[in-house]
Amino acid sequence: MTDFWRRFRRNIGAVFGLAVLIGVVLLAAVTPFLFPESPWTMAGIPFTPPFESVQFLGTDSLGRDVAAGIAHGAIISLLVGGVSTAVALTIGISLGAVAGYFGGAIDDAVMRFTEFFQTIPSFVLAVVLVAIFRPSIGSIVTAIAIVSWPPVTRLVRAEFLSLRSREFVQAAILLGQSHMRVIFTQILPNALSPIIVLASLMVASAILLESALSFLGLGDPNRMSWGFMIGAGRSVIRLAWWMSVFPGLAILLTVLALNLVGEGFNDALNPRLARRRGAGVGL
Amino acid sequence: MGKLAGYLGRRLFKSIFVILAIVVVNFGLVRMAPGDPAAVIAGESGAADEKFMAQLRQQFGLDKPMHEQLWIYVSNVAQLDLGFSYRQQAPVSKLLLDRLPATLLLTLSAFAFALVTGVALGALAARKVGTWADSAITVLALSCYATPIFWVGLMLILLFSVALNWLPAFGMFTVGVPMTPIEAALDVGKHLILPALTLGLFYMAIYARLTRASMLEVADQDFVKTARAKGVAPGRILRVHILRNALLPVISFAGIQAGQLIGGSILVETVFAWPGIGRLAFESLLQRDYNLLLGVFFCTSVMVILFNLITDLTYAAIDPRIEVTG
Repeated sequence: MTDFWRRFRRNIGAVFGLAVLIGVVLLAAVTPFLFPESPWTMAGIPFTPPFESVQFLGTDSLGRDVAAGIAHGAIISLLVGGVSTAVALTIGISLGAVAGYFGGAIDDAVMRFTEFFQTIPSFVLAVVLVAIFRPSIGSIVTAIAIVSWPPVTRLVRAEFLSLRSREFVQAAILLGQSHMRVIFTQILPNALSPIIVLASLMVASAILLESALSFLGLGDPNRMSWGFMIGAGRSVIRLAWWMSVFPGLAILLTVLALNLVGEGFNDALNPRLARRRGAGVGL
Repeated sequence: MGKLAGYLGRRLFKSIFVILAIVVVNFGLVRMAPGDPAAVIAGESGAADEKFMAQLRQQFGLDKPMHEQLWIYVSNVAQLDLGFSYRQQAPVSKLLLDRLPATLLLTLSAFAFALVTGVALGALAARKVGTWADSAITVLALSCYATPIFWVGLMLILLFSVALNWLPAFGMFTVGVPMTPIEAALDVGKHLILPALTLGLFYMAIYARLTRASMLEVADQDFVKTARAKGVAPGRILRVHILRNALLPVISFAGIQAGQLIGGSILVETVFAWPGIGRLAFESLLQRDYNLLLGVFFCTSVMVILFNLITDLTYAAIDPRIEVTG
């Protein structure tokens, strides 16, 4: 663990990312005390520019406080990012483990299914799903999970394929351990590091997806979110630049932080690969 | 040549299978949606009159068993009948075809821009690895990665349209000004710059990082060392030996990314009021015209599959080692 932390610390970008991320989590945690009022209520005069009143990031066309909106939006972004990634990981790991462990016809079927989901335009599918099942936190999380599991399946399958033939796994099978036990106690723990790296990148792209959905008006109508704020500021951008600039910066910082932390994990968990390939983490 | 035809045949067969699966998914989505499927097909519930609903039930056989309904639906789509948009008062397939050229123009320009600048930046970063130029390109790529595409569009509007007043902020044409064909083309080009830049930036970042990583990997290989030992000029090694081989993963990745490029066009077309299929998707969302939305999903999926086919063939054409096999 100390070794992990030492290698993580060596990547300055990752440390910066971690600091920003902790900041965002803290902001979400203190929001109920800092901005106890609903972010939908009128807090000041409409179109107040930033840094001129108590609403230090300005107010929107209905007099709502932009800073309060950003704080409440942090909760939704983290919630949707975290939960949808957890769901996608569950689907992806189960399918990938089954495909890589059993191989043969099962593997073939799972991979065809995965390929299908990778071919269709995933954002369009997410839009269709949320629109048809009515926008809510539940439908948004489900839609994001449905379009984000395929890379997990591919990764886990590849790891399982290579680990399956290793001696310690063969020994466990020979000892008569059940399939479930071999999968969960022998193979999965050894495949965990790339999964962790992928997961941090998935949270980042889930937050981007959520903001895009709520920008299009497909956000949960009862929750304030960053994408919704940008969407609301779009038509009055000539009048009130701050309505769309600040929520966008919030998204940029959070997603950038998650990507940097992901790279830090990659360096810390795969020290040999990290040196050779530089910082090249693909999608 | 016969081999290529066989390969194409297999790929086409697979593509048709995928398209069929998408049609079945669309069918399932309409049936799973909350409420009366006829109301879903018609658009917002209550908006359609009873006579139209009765006609829809009859046309889609909504009173028949499920498998017959599926058959009716699939055969309708096979005849390119994607239904009728009650809200827009036009057949869905006509609406899609009308909007297709604008979307193709936008996505292809964005793709070309992303590929050219991305590969150039990636090659530059790989050549100057470890210098400030390399770091700057990496930081640029990371920020493009992390920025929501629709926000980039808004910020570009803020800068180039509101503050500098250089480029138009929305639409595809200037309305109400008589123009010669050349002026009209220039006018469309002017309107195209900001949306294509917005859509392309994200992919430029991806191609830059991919090219950089791939070039560094190829530069380590034996045939490059041989070329160097033979005394081939460094510039020629870079262009002929390294870049050509390093481009292969970039091209195969471009195929995988096609779906995201077209998905991103929904957001960009919404921001810039670009009259393409993405804008049509946004309009159908506002009007809850779900059947039209499903038509957009079908059409974009077909576009992605065709694009994948093209990149596969390009890959085979560029890489002499690859024999086209299934």
